Amino acid sequence: MTDIVQSVGEFATDSPADRRGWYQSEEFRQLLRRRYASEDRFRILGIAAIVLAAVILLVLLASIVAKGYPAFVQTEVRLDVTFEESVIDPSGSRDERALSGANYQRLIRSALQDIFPDATGRRVRRQLTDLVSIGAAFQLRDMVMSDPSLIGQTRELWVLASDDIDQFLKGNIACGTEHAARLGGQPCTVPENERRVNDRQVGWVDQLIVEERIRRSFNTVLFSAGDSREPELAGILGGVVGSLYTLLVCLLMAVPVGVAAAVYLEEFAPRNRWTGLIEVNINNLAAVPSIVFGLLGLSVLLNFFGLPRSAPLVGGIVLALMTLPTVIIASRAALKAVPPSIRDAALGVGASPYQVVSHHVLPLAAPGILTGTIIGMAQALGETAPLMMVGMIAFIVDIPAGFTDSATVLPVQIYMWSDSPERAFTERTSAAIMVLLGFLIAMNAVAIYLRKRFERRW
Amino acid sequence: MVSKMIDATTTPWVQVTAPGGGTGRIKIRSSGVKVYYGDKQALKGINLDIAENSVTALIGPSGCGKSTYLRCLNRMNDTIDRCRVEGTISLDGEDIYGRTIDTVQLRARVGMVFQKPNPFPKSIFDNVAYGPRIHGLARRIEDLEEIVQRSLERAGLWSEVKSRLLDPGTGLSGGQQQRLCIARAIAVNPEVILMDEPCSALDPIATAHIEELIDELRANYTIVIVTHNMQQAARVSQKTAFFHLGDLVEFNDTAEIFTNPRDDKTQGYITGRYG
Ligand SMILES: Nc1ncnc2c1ncn2[C@@H]1O[C@H](COP(=O)(O)OP(=O)(O)OP(=O)(O)O)[C@@H](O)[C@H]1O
Ligand SMILES: [Mg+2]
Repeated sequence: MTDIVQSVGEFATDSPADRRGWYQSEEFRQLLRRRYASEDRFRILGIAAIVLAAVILLVLLASIVAKGYPAFVQTEVRLDVTFEESVIDPSGSRDERALSGANYQRLIRSALQDIFPDATGRRVRRQLTDLVSIGAAFQLRDMVMSDPSLIGQTRELWVLASDDIDQFLKGNIACGTEHAARLGGQPCTVPENERRVNDRQVGWVDQLIVEERIRRSFNTVLFSAGDSREPELAGILGGVVGSLYTLLVCLLMAVPVGVAAAVYLEEFAPRNRWTGLIEVNINNLAAVPSIVFGLLGLSVLLNFFGLPRSAPLVGGIVLALMTLPTVIIASRAALKAVPPSIRDAALGVGASPYQVVSHHVLPLAAPGILTGTIIGMAQALGETAPLMMVGMIAFIVDIPAGFTDSATVLPVQIYMWSDSPERAFTERTSAAIMVLLGFLIAMNAVAIYLRKRFERRW
Repeated sequence: MVSKMIDATTTPWVQVTAPGGGTGRIKIRSSGVKVYYGDKQALKGINLDIAENSVTALIGPSGCGKSTYLRCLNRMNDTIDRCRVEGTISLDGEDIYGRTIDTVQLRARVGMVFQKPNPFPKSIFDNVAYGPRIHGLARRIEDLEEIVQRSLERAGLWSEVKSRLLDPGTGLSGGQQQRLCIARAIAVNPEVILMDEPCSALDPIATAHIEELIDELRANYTIVIVTHNMQQAARVSQKTAFFHLGDLVEFNDTAEIFTNPRDDKTQGYITGRYG
């Protein structure tokens, strides 16, 4: 900068001839070249930054997808189950209590025994039943409960394999035979006592494969079940529903309050020391770590007001407090962007200040407000820390049915799964992250779509 | 337009309308109007009477307070936080800064056209219909349509837009937009129309259009117009007020001001010696 000033100072005189001379001089050309060079440097830097960001994002997504996609399929085992009356309902009363309390695990065990008659002894039989998920027994119970006439019949059923067998066949437990290798199993490299699947079980699985009693199918459990200690029975529905309830509370609280606050501050409040102070504080609130809002929720909402722990209601309020500054700041920016001439025009024909805002300013600011709101909601959807403080980290199996039911949210569930020791939870963690990312992308797409539509109206 | 050449020595290029017109009644009377923006005084005590059904032009160098005075007349200055108005302004004898006056009602009676055309980002029809709608001037849609048509006709825009009333008003040309804004102001049926440099963004043809329009509107409305264009002031107005540094230096019949200014500053300004 200074060198430009200096050189011009030396050369530029009031004579037009001198000025032309300067613009044609070698020195000026050098200056020009330097200007272009710095422009090029800037452009290269910018492109490099974008490429770097894109690569990092791609690597991240690729690793998540690569880890997560096997979780969308699940191994099943075909069994010929005999619904023996002597096991299910020895008294023959068909009483619901008796039917639901019966020992269905025994039916599974005997079905497996039929396939492998030479498995004898307590420990060996136990290892045999470990091939299928304990969810299989629940599956049988549900079938009998909905159709008691099954009792006494034999049915061919596909039941869930246990998570160990599933992982073994997906090649995540390093031991497999020639048959298992066809389905993705890895050759044996790890000593037997360090594996979750021992040699005898490997042999059984081999035989099941040969008899075509093993198949892979889409993992519906992942999307239709709540959480579980058993990976093959664990699903994200509880977290998704919990997130929906929590976000709904957050939306219903943060948007009206945030937009109203923004409209008041921007359109009606006098500019004085107090509104200045409020403005500074709102900006500061946006920078407060989210866990602080969790602590606030814990001490005020739970301890003082006695609201239920782990409830979407409390989580939603906490998230609303957290997103409020975002919504206010985005809304104020959107309101500020509405040209003052529109306000003058409306006032000039005699609109009241409220009419100016509701008829003209708000509709024009709506796309911006909407974008800000959705960004705030997306932020809230991904939040874990403050929700843990109000107890939404509990292990909850049931799908929440209301705003005060115990619930967890998707990101917290992801966090809990990532902490689980079972191998099968690792891939489910990535799968759940994919679902969460899907929601976030969908929300942003909706924001863009709505903004485009609104803008076209004007 | 009734006009004649005046072979005055001071301003040989100026055409001046014949004095007269109007009812002779005073519509707006201001006395001792002082306006402050924070600590800065923008108007230093203005006494100015505006006659009914006539055009009053406000002229003066940039920053002398013309817009400020104009905005006092419909209390648009209320929207500026640091702005303070002293003195009295009365409309038909009623103090518009008095306690009983309602600004919404006042602005319906005193309409305004701004320097930059500012149509709402709505359809042409809605632009004009907005005022009548909020003020309840039309019970039925046919009435509203009639008001819109009449206003657009008066603003000289009807023939150009009648086939596309539902197109956005922002899609019109600058001159058309300004006439749309005039139609919007007329539609609420005000008594006074304030215009702040309405032609400054327009080409000569659009300007001529609007000047003609102002001359026609004069029959039914009291018009106050701010302009930097001496010819325009001379062509359209009956009275002219010359402002300078927050003072009203001279106020007289337009013909008098342009042919026979009393004050040196006025003379200097209208002959273009400074401004
Ligand atoms: N919103 C405001 N805040 C502070 N000062 C203002 C404001 N509006 C106008 N002023 C000041 O008041 C004085 C008069 O301004 P005004 O806009 O009335 O001038 P004007 O005669 O309309 O000028 P122009 O011909 O350039 O439009 C100026 O000195 C200006 O700086
Ligand atoms: Mg002005």
